[in-house]
Amino acid sequence: MSEKTRIKILGGGCSRCKALEASVQKALASLGIDEKIDHVTDYSQIAAYGVMETPALVIDEKVVSYGKVLKPAEVEKILKSIS
Amino acid sequence: MIWDFIQNQIMGMKWLASLISSALTAIGVDVSSRWGGSLQFFIFDTLKICLLLCILIFIISYIQSYFPPERSKKILGHFKGIWANCIAALLGTVTPFCSCSSIPLFIGFTSAGLPIGVTFSFLISSPMVDLGSLVLLMSIFGAKVAVIYVALGLIIAVLGGTLIEKLHMEKYVESFIFSSGKTDLQAPSLSQKDRLVYAKDQMLGTLRKVLPYILIGVGIGAVIHNWIPADWVESVLGQNNPFGVVLAVLIGIPMYADIFGTIPVAEALLAKGALLGVVLSFMMAVTTLSLPSLVMLRKAVKPKLLALFIGICTAGIIAVGYLFNAIQKFII
Repeated sequence: MSEKTRIKILGGGCSRCKALEASVQKALASLGIDEKIDHVTDYSQIAAYGVMETPALVIDEKVVSYGKVLKPAEVEKILKSIS
Repeated sequence: MIWDFIQNQIMGMKWLASLISSALTAIGVDVSSRWGGSLQFFIFDTLKICLLLCILIFIISYIQSYFPPERSKKILGHFKGIWANCIAALLGTVTPFCSCSSIPLFIGFTSAGLPIGVTFSFLISSPMVDLGSLVLLMSIFGAKVAVIYVALGLIIAVLGGTLIEKLHMEKYVESFIFSSGKTDLQAPSLSQKDRLVYAKDQMLGTLRKVLPYILIGVGIGAVIHNWIPADWVESVLGQNNPFGVVLAVLIGIPMYADIFGTIPVAEALLAKGALLGVVLSFMMAVTTLSLPSLVMLRKAVKPKLLALFIGICTAGIIAVGYLFNAIQKFII
């Protein structure tokens, strides 16, 4: 796993995690940002972020959302507020 | 009087049953025939369960939005000994839970210094009893059965967690659970609107997820209701078979379904002469233990503790089944 990836999705690979990944992809596409998304499925790594509910979204090593499937518009808002 | 009205019309939706009967009769279906009866059962139960599910999940999700796991973790930190187990079992009923979250939750509780017995009380009660099953059981079997079911579920959770604690099973928890960092995330503050949106999303998501199980469950229920002879059911799951409860639990454990999918099957079997304890222990077994959730839990605990967990739940559910059989004539 490369340290350079800025956007990570934490989750054991359940359907909700995949839904979150799809939302993030849509948000990135509509903002015209070219970033890779990492999918962290290893539970000891997920736990290291202190997340108790999956799926979670991590940007620049910070947990910005957890326990819910964000909609593309919500992801856009988060991405905008960070950059 | 008023309670009867609530029980029959609001919870039991008798009005919906008569509406469907008249509609079917109007288009020329004989609801007293086998096919007509099956059709009537199928339409009524599907609509009733979907309607209950939507209302329930909406209200419950709204309440749950006040109890994210982070908050449960903090509340639990204030309690010691068996009280912690009791509170864990109670919080298990209101904390939103999905089996894919069980490991992060396990880690979160453990790294916050909660004893594993408390975590297990939570893990047992969370799928076994929730607010939804309480209302759903009330609708089908009446208030007494529902309240006793939930109370017994909580007792299993408290006793199970306490037993795991007393047997010092910590060494059978996978080491990565203890080694992970202790980071506290701030629970996001939600506005009223956020909570309502969350509740709506949960409702639609749950409906989409469990609809296939409801249809399968109602389908099986309709077949039992009109095609399986009552004396078959009675001889296998009724008074004539002292091992009916054990049989129902063993069949129910590997099955993966939602309480919403098992209820029509339970309802139809009860109407055909199965004992109350048999159908309730079947429902408990299906919702509490399932292959997918056990595969998930196996990643966090070693086989010995997993076996103990399965053993405690199985024994508890079987005991609940026999207890319900014994008190059946007093409560329904």
